[in-house]
Amino acid sequence: MSQPNRLSVGGRIDRSKPIEFSFNKRSYEGYAGDTLASALLANGVNLVGRSFKYSRPRGIMGHGAEEANALMQLGQGAVTVPNPKATQVELYSGMVATSTNGWPSVEFDLMAWLGKLGGPFMPPGFYYKTFMFPQAWWLRYEKFIRKAAGFGHISQQPDPDIYDKLNHYCDVMVIGAGPAGISAALEAGRNGKRVILADEQCELGGSLLASQQNINGASASDWLGTAVTELASMANVVLLSRTTVFGYYDHNFLAALEQRTDHLGPTAVKGTRQRLHRIRAKAVVLATGAIERPLVFGNNDLPGVMLAQSVSAYINRYAVVPGERALIMTSNDSGYQAALDIQSAGRTVVAVVDCRYHAEGRLAQMARAAGIEVITGHGVIEACGSHSVTGAVIAPLDQAGDQITGAQRSVSCDLIAMAGGWSPVVHLSCHTGSRPVWDEQLIGFVPGPNVQQQYCAGAVVGHYTLAHALSGGAAVGAEAAGAKVPEIHFDCGDETEAQAQALFLIPHSKSVSRAPKQFVDFQNDVTAAGIELAIREGYESIEHIKRYTAMGFGTDQGKTANVNGVAIAAKALHQSIQATGTTIFRPAYTPVTFGALAGRDVGSLFDPARYTATHQWHVAQGAKFENVGQWKRPWYFPKAGETMQQTLNRECLAVRNSVGIMDASTLGKIDIQGTDAREFLNRIYTNDWSNLKPGKCRYGLMLKEDGMVFDDGVTTCLSENHFLMTTTTGGAAEVLAWLELWQQTEWPELEVYFTSVTDHWVTYSLVGPNSRKVLEQLCNDVDLSAEAFKFMDYKAGTVAGIPARICRISFTGELSFEVNVPANQGHFVWQQIIAAGEAYDITPYGTESMHILRAEKGYIIVGQDTDGSLTPQDCGMDWIVSKTKAFSFIGQRSLHRSDTARSDRKQLVGLKPKDPAAIIPEGSQIVMDPNQQIPMDMVGHVTSSYWSVCLDHGIAMGTVKAGFSRMGETVYCPLVDGRTLAAEICSPVFYDPNGERHHD
Amino acid sequence: MERYSGFSLFKHAFSHHENWQKAWHSPAPKPSYDVVIVGGGGHGLATAYYLAKQHGITRVAVLEKGYLGGGNTGRNTTIVRSNYLWDEAARLYDHSLSLWQGLSQELNYNVMFSQRGVLNVGHNLQDMRDIERRVNANRLNGIDAEVLDTKAVKELVPIINDSPNIRYPVHGASWQASGGVARHDAVAWGYARAANSLGVDLIQQCEVTGIRRQAGAVVGVETNLGFIAAAKVACVVAGSSGVMAAHADIRLPLESYPLQALVSEPIKPVLDTVVMSNAVHAYVSQSDKGDLVIGAGIDTYNGYGQRGSFQIIEHTVSAICELFPVFSRVRMNRSWGGVVDISPDACPIISKTMIKGLYFNCGWGTGGFKATPGSGHVFAHTIAKDQAHPIAAPFNLDRFNTGHLIDEHGAAAVAH
Ligand SMILES: Cc1cc2nc3c(=O)[nH]c(=O)nc-3n(C[C@H](O)[C@H](O)[C@H](O)COP(=O)(O)OP(=O)(O)OC[C@H]3O[C@@H](n4cnc5c(N)ncnc54)[C@H](O)[C@@H]3O)c2cc1C
Repeated sequence: MSQPNRLSVGGRIDRSKPIEFSFNKRSYEGYAGDTLASALLANGVNLVGRSFKYSRPRGIMGHGAEEANALMQLGQGAVTVPNPKATQVELYSGMVATSTNGWPSVEFDLMAWLGKLGGPFMPPGFYYKTFMFPQAWWLRYEKFIRKAAGFGHISQQPDPDIYDKLNHYCDVMVIGAGPAGISAALEAGRNGKRVILADEQCELGGSLLASQQNINGASASDWLGTAVTELASMANVVLLSRTTVFGYYDHNFLAALEQRTDHLGPTAVKGTRQRLHRIRAKAVVLATGAIERPLVFGNNDLPGVMLAQSVSAYINRYAVVPGERALIMTSNDSGYQAALDIQSAGRTVVAVVDCRYHAEGRLAQMARAAGIEVITGHGVIEACGSHSVTGAVIAPLDQAGDQITGAQRSVSCDLIAMAGGWSPVVHLSCHTGSRPVWDEQLIGFVPGPNVQQQYCAGAVVGHYTLAHALSGGAAVGAEAAGAKVPEIHFDCGDETEAQAQALFLIPHSKSVSRAPKQFVDFQNDVTAAGIELAIREGYESIEHIKRYTAMGFGTDQGKTANVNGVAIAAKALHQSIQATGTTIFRPAYTPVTFGALAGRDVGSLFDPARYTATHQWHVAQGAKFENVGQWKRPWYFPKAGETMQQTLNRECLAVRNSVGIMDASTLGKIDIQGTDAREFLNRIYTNDWSNLKPGKCRYGLMLKEDGMVFDDGVTTCLSENHFLMTTTTGGAAEVLAWLELWQQTEWPELEVYFTSVTDHWVTYSLVGPNSRKVLEQLCNDVDLSAEAFKFMDYKAGTVAGIPARICRISFTGELSFEVNVPANQGHFVWQQIIAAGEAYDITPYGTESMHILRAEKGYIIVGQDTDGSLTPQDCGMDWIVSKTKAFSFIGQRSLHRSDTARSDRKQLVGLKPKDPAAIIPEGSQIVMDPNQQIPMDMVGHVTSSYWSVCLDHGIAMGTVKAGFSRMGETVYCPLVDGRTLAAEICSPVFYDPNGERHHD
Repeated sequence: MERYSGFSLFKHAFSHHENWQKAWHSPAPKPSYDVVIVGGGGHGLATAYYLAKQHGITRVAVLEKGYLGGGNTGRNTTIVRSNYLWDEAARLYDHSLSLWQGLSQELNYNVMFSQRGVLNVGHNLQDMRDIERRVNANRLNGIDAEVLDTKAVKELVPIINDSPNIRYPVHGASWQASGGVARHDAVAWGYARAANSLGVDLIQQCEVTGIRRQAGAVVGVETNLGFIAAAKVACVVAGSSGVMAAHADIRLPLESYPLQALVSEPIKPVLDTVVMSNAVHAYVSQSDKGDLVIGAGIDTYNGYGQRGSFQIIEHTVSAICELFPVFSRVRMNRSWGGVVDISPDACPIISKTMIKGLYFNCGWGTGGFKATPGSGHVFAHTIAKDQAHPIAAPFNLDRFNTGHLIDEHGAAAVAH
């Protein structure tokens, strides 16, 4: 297979390792060391895509992160990746790549006709001006518009790859391993600092990889080899290649993405595909280099129009010359380097067109000496060709580069290399909130003032010569390490450069609005005319221009477009570039795989489920589970052949008539200790804790500042200064944070400490008239009799030989004992209880029966019956609000606000369905007049609703406006299915209203 | 105002678009106005528009410290819905939704209001109870709403992970078919253009630095461009509301937090509706350009920096991958942040203040974009009449004294 554009010698590719790949279904061959882009160019393929809006043919224009056109669909099936840039994809064997747009093919794209014909009607913002009539049609129009949306596609299969994350701390983080970065890392490393050096490319070296210069007598490549060897030998230096630092956050936190296996191809690998490095650095050195700017001229988007530096990079690094006859268009000396490189690669340089009137820099002289024609004071005003460059039109320009001053002429060529000056990569410094500053001399934005411990070296601050980059790097490397700046001299034979010209848009013989399209942002099809139009229409802020035209919104984030766009806007607005400003670059510098951002926090690790110590037993019993907070809680324990309702009936009857057992281990448990623990509880809970004696339990209610119920639970006084608080299952973490918040920020003077012990103890509720009999068999060191062990007592003892905390509390209205043992013994104790209960047909029950049993008693479930809008009084729990506490409690003040104190608020009441067989759906809204037209006046809603087997009718709880004073009235629930259910307002205590059962 | 239409586009194409008029002008401020609106976001611009259009008050200036629509208006994930739980909120947001329909025509500017439907997914029994409750309330309030089961969700969103065995299984969802998204910039620009054509002055790069008062009444504002007199000053500055109120020695019950969002690279359309999940903290839709537009949760610290923490982005993306495993290989293109003004009950403040002629419209927090038309409409009324519009009345500042909160934090806790 031939690679017509490949040179026979040179480059950092391995000709002994040919690699087969396919692009748009055709097979090609490249070499190890190629990128997809260099391999395509080697094969003479340059038409790689179609533009977004106008479907214009597009080719490879750059050689790295700046590439705007060559977006690929890479790989097939489950591993396919949309939108990687061909310039950043390392070639691997068997690679399958396709263009992302173009139908039926990139070469013959039917959409292009639409683009050509419709183009004139699609200036920026055209959709804001049309598709409005008729009103209802937008969705139809949009359907059509969406057909053209997107570049690549995703697979419908799950991602087979894994991603992970690594946290680092370092003294000096060096970003970019070009000469400046390497030099900085060397100095910081030599000073013994912990250094990380990261670079997005597969090899460290940056511009050195394609440099033909010498450094202190050695070739750039040899110098690089030595430097990397030295760095690699330092134990305090971490080298990360294929690692892009994509975000720079506050407090010198950086996020970097390392590609670990992508270059090997999807089939070759096992292991982590990509790794996210989360780095906290004392000091950061930005050595991120600069990106060459395109020049804006007619049809400058044709395949074959490339950045001059990229042309050089392809020649020197990949031994690929992307054309036979090259024309260089430059506004500065660097264009001449490309000319020299092309010529020494044996291809023809048609001419160097330099917009400057004087081109007397050393490189220009060398070009002339090499016989290259230099045409000064001219510009390429238009590229010619339909699918690729076949020629160019050049014309003389005035000195300012504003106008054409004479006759234009055509030249034939198949490559146009443009050198429009350099744009320092200020993106990361922008992430920190610093705004870039325009440098007139450099003709580029440089990083603004540092807002963090940050240093810059090399091209990012306009130090473009190799020697300057190396010495600047060494200086900041030492500085960042807190060391003395070393006396190192770098002799690189840099050529002195003549002043560049600030030219961005090359004038055409026609006005901007009438000239052939002059592209600024290639990926988003933004033209100079588009920018001028935006301004003409009043979109004058650079951010408005960006948003109106979409300039810089692409996946390249305007790396090549932005400065040209700003400059064109500044000119149209008759103001300076500094005054125009730049748009704000945001993370990510280059796109970051979602999977890598998620890391291992996916699937079962997304939010790991929590299981109680008895979970396996529940599973073995065939329990159905409910997710509550992070916990898996048994919901109900069906037996073969039972419906859910039958199970619930059986469970509830067992509790009411004999004994049931529930695993309540998921309730939050917070151990509270300290001399002020009691005082603290007084402030957090509504009721009084001043005289709760050790060995006693008390139910408490917590309010938020607004007086609304927030959590509840029983707190036990273990000893004078030691309490155990229980919280709702879902609320545990929030309650702990709440306690800490108040203690740490408002009452630091209180001596009190909180420890979550939820996982340390299991809690088993042994419930029902026979519960004492069961427990007696297992516990012989505690007197469980009604006289000795009263309701709301707590005693320490042993259960089944295991130290236990036993409480007599009840959430069902039945006699019950709550047994707490250390979690490690939990499963054992559970089994012992089950065995001891066999004689009484002990029945495990789940959350659903628990809900029914407590609803029969009118006990609330915070978060189900309450929603952050109910006060204790609204819940009928005024009894728990202390009126006499010395110190206030959280929420107290709010309870006295006029609205909170109203007597006709929504109040929590019982609801008895008129049809005894009915169960009103939870979430039903309640109205007084079922015949009212919509909108109906809703007076409340049903919060809980169940079939009560004990009572043989449906029961419900709900809020009703002024419900307490409406006892006996009928309310209605209009349902979605058209039915309306009626219910009578009643006390929520349906069962054992006098509370006799749990006291004996 | 030059009318926009397919025909005008066609016509201008022949003159190479050289003759389009300005969408709005950028004049120097006049010495005085009847009403000064501080903040040129969507809400401020809509307020100005309705003041001029509905109340004939045209001596109005909108003062914007940066560029129009550059605050949260231009940073949000543009979800529009009205399926709020409480009557007061439902009325406000539904009023807004009815204005959204027809807004492009009213403004003669296509705001691309796309009613592609909004799903709020439920993952456990309590989520579903809350969804049932909210949907019932919506229906009885005349708002379109439905409860969908897992299967129906899957039909609308074939790429959602409907396995029952995942950590956050999809139990069902509420569905508002009339909800959707709109183009945020177009909303600001459309209102700006329409307001300007009615005589409203739009003054950018004009920062209000003080509120001048005399005898308990507003007389004007200090700005970097000098003093501007006005007997009525209406502040619509979102995340900066606390700062603005301090200029008038008022403390608002607001906290400002960073809120972030992100977009992926454009991919071919795979998601037609808006999907929101509160439990996993993920909100996503796909734009007409193909980007996945994803909203994150707020940072947990207060701040005015329009930047948030990276771990919030990580968490959000893992939540998205949990709901949509097929997005794992998609790449994040860009993330950014805004500053949101959160009130204690997650509902806005649209209110007069104790200072005569000073009005505040704020507290929209993470979800005010959808309210833009309605907010402007009722606020304009409140300013013009110096009396709250009936829909705005419950959202007065006094509710934090009386306790008459409209707590959308509670059962309906859905942001955005
Ligand atoms: C990331 C994110 C996602 C969101 N997602 C959604 C969503 O999906 N759906 C939804 O409905 N809402 C969403 N929101 C909320 C929504 O964006 C806001 O509630 C809404 O846009 C607020 O509009 P506004 O006009 O009040 O504020 P802004 O647009 O912020 O306008 C306030 C303006 O006031 C200006 N200003 C401030 N101080 C001064 C001063 N001193 N002088 C002059 N001008 C000043 C600011 O520059 C700004 O332009 C989101 C917000 C964010 C940040």
